[in-house]
Amino acid sequence: MSDTTTPETTHTAVEVRFRGGGFAPSARRGVGVAVFVLLILLVEWGTRAGWISALTLPKPSDVAATFVELWQSGLLFKHLIPSLSRLAVGTTLGASIGIGVGILIGLFSYVRAGLVPLVAALFPIPKIALLPLFVIWFGIDETSKYALIAFGTFTPTVVATYGAVDNVDRSLIRMGQSFGLSWLSIVRKIVLPGAMPGILSGLRISLAIAIILLVAAEMLGAEYGIGAYILEAGSLYDLERLFAGVLILSVLGVTLSMVIGLIEKRLLAWRG
Amino acid sequence: MDIRLDAISHSYGDTEVLRDISLDIPAGRIVCLVGPSGCGKSTLLRLIGGLERADKGRVLQVGTPPADSLNPLTYVFQDFALLPWRTVHGNISLVLEDHGIRGKAADAIIGDVLARTKLTDFARALPRQLSGGMKQRVAIARALAVNPAVMLMDEPLSALDSQTRELLMDDLVALWMRQPFTSVYVTHNLAEAVRLGHKIVVLSRRPGQICEVVEIDKPLDQRGYADPELEQVQKHLWTLMRDEARAADAELLHV
Ligand SMILES: Nc1ncnc2c1ncn2[C@@H]1O[C@H](COP(=O)(O)OP(=O)(O)O)[C@@H](O)[C@H]1O
Ligand SMILES: [Mg+2]
Repeated sequence: MSDTTTPETTHTAVEVRFRGGGFAPSARRGVGVAVFVLLILLVEWGTRAGWISALTLPKPSDVAATFVELWQSGLLFKHLIPSLSRLAVGTTLGASIGIGVGILIGLFSYVRAGLVPLVAALFPIPKIALLPLFVIWFGIDETSKYALIAFGTFTPTVVATYGAVDNVDRSLIRMGQSFGLSWLSIVRKIVLPGAMPGILSGLRISLAIAIILLVAAEMLGAEYGIGAYILEAGSLYDLERLFAGVLILSVLGVTLSMVIGLIEKRLLAWRG
Repeated sequence: MDIRLDAISHSYGDTEVLRDISLDIPAGRIVCLVGPSGCGKSTLLRLIGGLERADKGRVLQVGTPPADSLNPLTYVFQDFALLPWRTVHGNISLVLEDHGIRGKAADAIIGDVLARTKLTDFARALPRQLSGGMKQRVAIARALAVNPAVMLMDEPLSALDSQTRELLMDDLVALWMRQPFTSVYVTHNLAEAVRLGHKIVVLSRRPGQICEVVEIDKPLDQRGYADPELEQVQKHLWTLMRDEARAADAELLHV
């Protein structure tokens, strides 16, 4: 480099190899849909051609026909509406209590010392195993279903919330104190918005768990509901109806995830 | 309102941070605190503003703050401490809301402080859209909004590049000329200290003690960039600090 006597032309010039980029996922519209469509087409082809036997998977077109029939007979909403209301009541209860308790754990040392071990003990319990217990406590009707879903969403929400509160920038809280803001103002205007990203990503997980528990709860003593529908189809080995039920659950999951995405877009617009 | 520090000492566990600091901060003056890093400047500022309690000694307010002062002791932080989810307007209204100032009354105050800090056009911007210098001007506007009796500034320009720092120093001088405020201004930058300080307090390395207090009588608006008289003072400050800074630096390596 410092050798000025050698003319530059004697050196070969090689372009610097690019090694940046990546690690920055961006929105790619349609790819997700394409994967779905491809899989379905593959199965349709397989079942028609015979290299997937009718006992392994139903024909996607038959599942679609079953679904249309379900829709036209009005049975779809008869099953869907009780399920949705169970989901709504259960998750609202579980998530709101979870967020409340999570914030208390995040803010008060005694609450933290008292409740964190308890939450850690409750978290790994498969909540489905507790369903019979809930039936004894709350009866076979709606209340036990609400309780199961609420309990299942409560624990992940608590953990996500207090983690999020812990991560709120302390210098912002110090700033609030230095301007003489009241304790309530600091919690409402600094801690809560600061914890919101973490709370919302916790809510995503909670909602997925809620759908799983919804089905489990409906398999016990429910006349209507997606879970009851799937259980009935399963016990008759009616694969078309079973898959129609599973389809509804998947759509439900995708929809809820999209709703959270929309909420994030609105509430977290400041992150840009 | 003056502030008087009466024999303040402070330790964190076994680390003695400040030792026997007595100092007067007269109304309408800017007192600069300089000293090697880790000597307890930020700690002293937190003690003055009541964010922490001193182990020994007292911080006294002499006289009453003006009746219209919403938050007599107000900080400007090095990292700006703006809420990223609020606009410039929202960040300033944050500190007014708790005093029941909302709507028109709040807009009048916010409009005034934004004009004074030349931010009028950015009222609706979010912090992430602003440069560092502008963020600090927002933080200064927020401090002005509560009409402080004393502004406690902790290295307010240290996170900024040197050009922005020069510009902001001019802005601070202009603000002070328009309406003299009382300030304790912490910095490790001696050029800032001689530019803005009426009184410069040199602290020793940890435990921080007062080495020397230098007064500069030259009016703020007559102190320019690279002023020979100020450079003289700056040189003097540096000779005071050099050995302390070197020793402090070596100490930090051994922690
Ligand atoms: N909250 C704290 N707990 C324990 N030690 C602290 C705390 N704050 C500051 N210190 C220590 O006190 C000393 C002075 O810190 P600080 O006041 O921030 O120094 P400066 O602002 O002058 O650089 C440092 O050694 C620092 O590690
Ligand atoms: Mg500091």
